[in-house]
Amino acid sequence: MKLYNGGIILAGLVIFLGLVTMPVWANLGKPAYVPQKLTMPAAPNDKACIEDKEIMRNTHMQILDSWRDAVVRDGKRVYINRHGKQFAMSLQNTCMKCHNNKEEFCDKCHLEAAVTPYCWDCHIAPKGKKQ
Amino acid sequence: MNAIYSLVFVFALVLIPLFGVGAAQQTYFFGVCVPWTAFLIFLVFFTAKIIKWASRPVPFSIPTTAGQQWSNLDFIVHDKYDNPATTGQTWIRMILEVFAFRSLFRNTSMRVAMKDGKPIVGYFSAKWLWLFALMFHYAFFTIAVRHLRLFLNPVPKVFEILETLDGLLQIGIPRLYLTDMVIVAAVMFLLLRRVAVPTVRYISQVADYFPLLLILAIAASGIYMRYYAKVDVVAIKQLILGMVTLHPVKPIPATIDISFFIHLFLVSTLIFYFPFSKLMHLGGVFLSPTRNMPNDSRFVRHVNPWNDPNIKPHSYAAYEDDFRTPMIAAGLPVDKEA
Repeated sequence: MKLYNGGIILAGLVIFLGLVTMPVWANLGKPAYVPQKLTMPAAPNDKACIEDKEIMRNTHMQILDSWRDAVVRDGKRVYINRHGKQFAMSLQNTCMKCHNNKEEFCDKCHLEAAVTPYCWDCHIAPKGKKQ
Repeated sequence: MNAIYSLVFVFALVLIPLFGVGAAQQTYFFGVCVPWTAFLIFLVFFTAKIIKWASRPVPFSIPTTAGQQWSNLDFIVHDKYDNPATTGQTWIRMILEVFAFRSLFRNTSMRVAMKDGKPIVGYFSAKWLWLFALMFHYAFFTIAVRHLRLFLNPVPKVFEILETLDGLLQIGIPRLYLTDMVIVAAVMFLLLRRVAVPTVRYISQVADYFPLLLILAIAASGIYMRYYAKVDVVAIKQLILGMVTLHPVKPIPATIDISFFIHLFLVSTLIFYFPFSKLMHLGGVFLSPTRNMPNDSRFVRHVNPWNDPNIKPHSYAAYEDDFRTPMIAAGLPVDKEA
């Protein structure tokens, strides 16, 4: 079979196939991906998180977003969870009391999913206890 | 009717993984087997189609001449990129075509109006198709690139920048992607154009509606996964990286929502359908003789590649030599008598 302008067409085809199969060869020889384990905060037993693990996993960003709106716009500062327990709506004073290391907690999933939350545009990122 | 058939077909495609995963729990089949099969079919048949096209000769020099052609008269201004005469100019025309959809930019609409009791024809520039086609393609491309965050580990910094830029408006949480809005708006426009404009509807086939509706369904399922179902991205990344490293995770993480399998099945359908459909314009645009040939037929002879070299040129004089006697007998004029 004779190709017309075969050189340039095949060159383009090879580049295209290389691009679409890029994930396959870019991962060649790399160790199998294992999702990182979150370092759970060593909190006292009476200090459970504000909501259950599953709820936090799926909707922590929305809770934080609604907290920001409630505090900044409405001046409402108390969060009552589904068990009737009260918490101060504060990233700094509630969440970061236990989750005191961004690198060990937040970044674990966010970096892998290339998610860039803008919490730290205003808040100071927790760096954990000084060694 | 064609639009309805396509819509029903897309609904049927949604039902397959809905029951296959939701009722039959075939997560491995829908999560690994189907996407890989679709991808392999895509690679093989895409390549086959390009090779097939490349093996077809172009018999004539047929570039579209959308502007003034080159002339050695210096008062005639050459329109370099709409009527290229050299290879370099043709490259620029192709780049403009591929990246800026220049031929759609020339789209016009025609209207007939009455003036003083006589019909007059008016032509108007019609940029909407160009605008929405451009928005659609760039949004689709950005979305495809954005998905690479699930295919690469560690994720290069550039994808974080892309995520930030795409969510620049900081609307809602998770941040609303601009490309999500743009692709839905653009596909809706392209779809409504086919449905609402009678002349376009008349020439629209199932093969025209189906990709649009399929892409709309893919976008909708993606939007649902991100903003409503809040799928487990880390588990999905585990599944996808297992797939691309050819070491699929087993069992498939149970935390993955069914909407992911629907999304994945629709995407698999799209890439499987790709090489057999109008979507092949991805490769075809580069092989369009009307775009990729320079208009140089006045100074370069284009020899039809399928000419049989054994057939030599046959001049009129030779023709007359062959048929002189019958021609004279039939009373036809001849250049040379007997």
